[in-house]
Amino acid sequence: MTHVLDIAVRHRLGDFTLDASLTSDGRLTALFGSSGSGKTSLVNVIGGLIRPDSGHVRIDGETLVDTERGVFVPKHRRRIGYVFQEARLFPHLTVRQNLLFGHWFVPRAQRKPAELDKVLDLLGIGHLLRRRPGALSGGEKQRVAIGRALLAQPRLLLMDEPLAALDEARKAEILPHIERLRDEAGIPIVYVSHALAEVARLATTVAMVENGRVAACGPTAEILSRPDLAARPGAPEASTLLSAEVAGFEEAFGLARLTTPAGLLTIARGALRQGQRIKIRILASDVMLSLGQPAEISALNVLSGSIAEIGERSGVGGSTVHLLIACGEAKLAARLTAKSVALLGLAPGKLVHAVIKSVSVEMP
Amino acid sequence: MTDWLSPEEWTAVRLSLIVATTAMIASLPLGLGVGLLLARGRFWGKSLLDAIVHMPLILPPVVTGYLLLVGFGRRGPIGQFLYDWFGIVLSFRWTGAALACAVMGFPLMVRAIRLSIEAVDRKLESAAGTLGASPIWVFLTVTLPLCLPGIIAGMILCFAKAMGEFGATITFVSNIPGETQTLPSAIYTFTQVPGGDAGALRLTLISIAISVAALFLSELMARIVGRRINVE
Repeated sequence: MTHVLDIAVRHRLGDFTLDASLTSDGRLTALFGSSGSGKTSLVNVIGGLIRPDSGHVRIDGETLVDTERGVFVPKHRRRIGYVFQEARLFPHLTVRQNLLFGHWFVPRAQRKPAELDKVLDLLGIGHLLRRRPGALSGGEKQRVAIGRALLAQPRLLLMDEPLAALDEARKAEILPHIERLRDEAGIPIVYVSHALAEVARLATTVAMVENGRVAACGPTAEILSRPDLAARPGAPEASTLLSAEVAGFEEAFGLARLTTPAGLLTIARGALRQGQRIKIRILASDVMLSLGQPAEISALNVLSGSIAEIGERSGVGGSTVHLLIACGEAKLAARLTAKSVALLGLAPGKLVHAVIKSVSVEMP
Repeated sequence: MTDWLSPEEWTAVRLSLIVATTAMIASLPLGLGVGLLLARGRFWGKSLLDAIVHMPLILPPVVTGYLLLVGFGRRGPIGQFLYDWFGIVLSFRWTGAALACAVMGFPLMVRAIRLSIEAVDRKLESAAGTLGASPIWVFLTVTLPLCLPGIIAGMILCFAKAMGEFGATITFVSNIPGETQTLPSAIYTFTQVPGGDAGALRLTLISIAISVAALFLSELMARIVGRRINVE
């Protein structure tokens, strides 16, 4: 079976060893891990900037690297777009020339002439064409860099922490463009990030990278909620990702009702519209469990379910336990103290009520 | 104009400009190649190449001129080869003067080019690679334009050095009016004859004017190119 992405490589870089393998068919695969975990090295292997000591890289069934068969396709023949952390625009060229740089190297027969207008529209950079990179803001530079990579008509797009060098406002400016890219451009994306919020919002598939290895790889919601991954030292807190639809409003209190696979949730209305589809995220530590139906409490959201999985004790002195609760068609991640688990006598299959404050429901 | 310069003096000025321009243009491709090799290459004997290139800078010019005479003279191994196969004669011709000037200006040109290539951000080059540009295209479309100010500086330095070259030129191709008598040689000749002071002064002023003009030109070009590149 061919995968969009099929990688298994070993490579030594000084004291650091990259020994990673993963397969993915996601539209946007996030390589997620702390700084120095080897995410960028892995992306550089895919892009052809690093020649691995051994292993293979296959994209859509085409072999780009196979050390056993002596295959190594150089980076300029891979048709893999690369958006770097710093935009790396060519300072001696205008924005227009920058954008068309890669386009020019696409064989004439394969060039799509309407592509420039499409990309300008997708990224909202039409008004910048005559400027030089020096006259652009950080966010504009990064959007031009994305456009430049797209216009080379790649079969895969690599993005190495494209938002890391930007402030919050600039990030918010670019994120919607990356979402549109993921949903409309039809090019699979490999996205490197150490920011959980970005991964939760953008990724369809997550590969957790740790010390040069891929610790886990799978659908985003599953990976982010897994108790065993959250229990690892230095791992980000587990969270539940749910796709939700705005079902109605409580006008008097400024609230919105969401239908989710886990059940009905009520959150602050904000700028939501009727019928809008959104993604919501609930941190495991924001979920409280009760054995009886809670009454006379302030929290608006109570979801009933049964305990699906109880993780190992973790944290300093083994004080913490991560759990998964099966609520409706979804699984809710919760983080409790080991003492609470013992006091309530929690065990797989036990019926519980999960209590979630409205303010704890985030929209990444 | 000819009122205040004698025909011989005009010839010396014109010859100097031709010799210096030829030296500058002829050594450019090799200077680029060696600059690139020294900036990027990793090979055995790199420091040796570096030393050889810089040799004319530290050797007495007369020594360089004499070595050229030994090597490129009609009886010299290279000179004989050039004459036998291509009919090229360098000794005591203006082409020989250009060769001497090029050799003397070469280290300056290579140094400027090398430094500017080293200053080019390799990350931009790898970005160009991921966009489909082969190494040759990367060099032509990214590296070369980005080090253009350094190349211009190197060319002007080489030109200026060639305009002022005296020792190696006079040793290699002598001081023949109309053939190898460049500005410095002509000035030298004037100082050797009684009553030549006025001529020497006129040529000196011209020499100063050309040098200053070259300097201004290089500043201007570097600024035009630099404005396109360093807007950040």
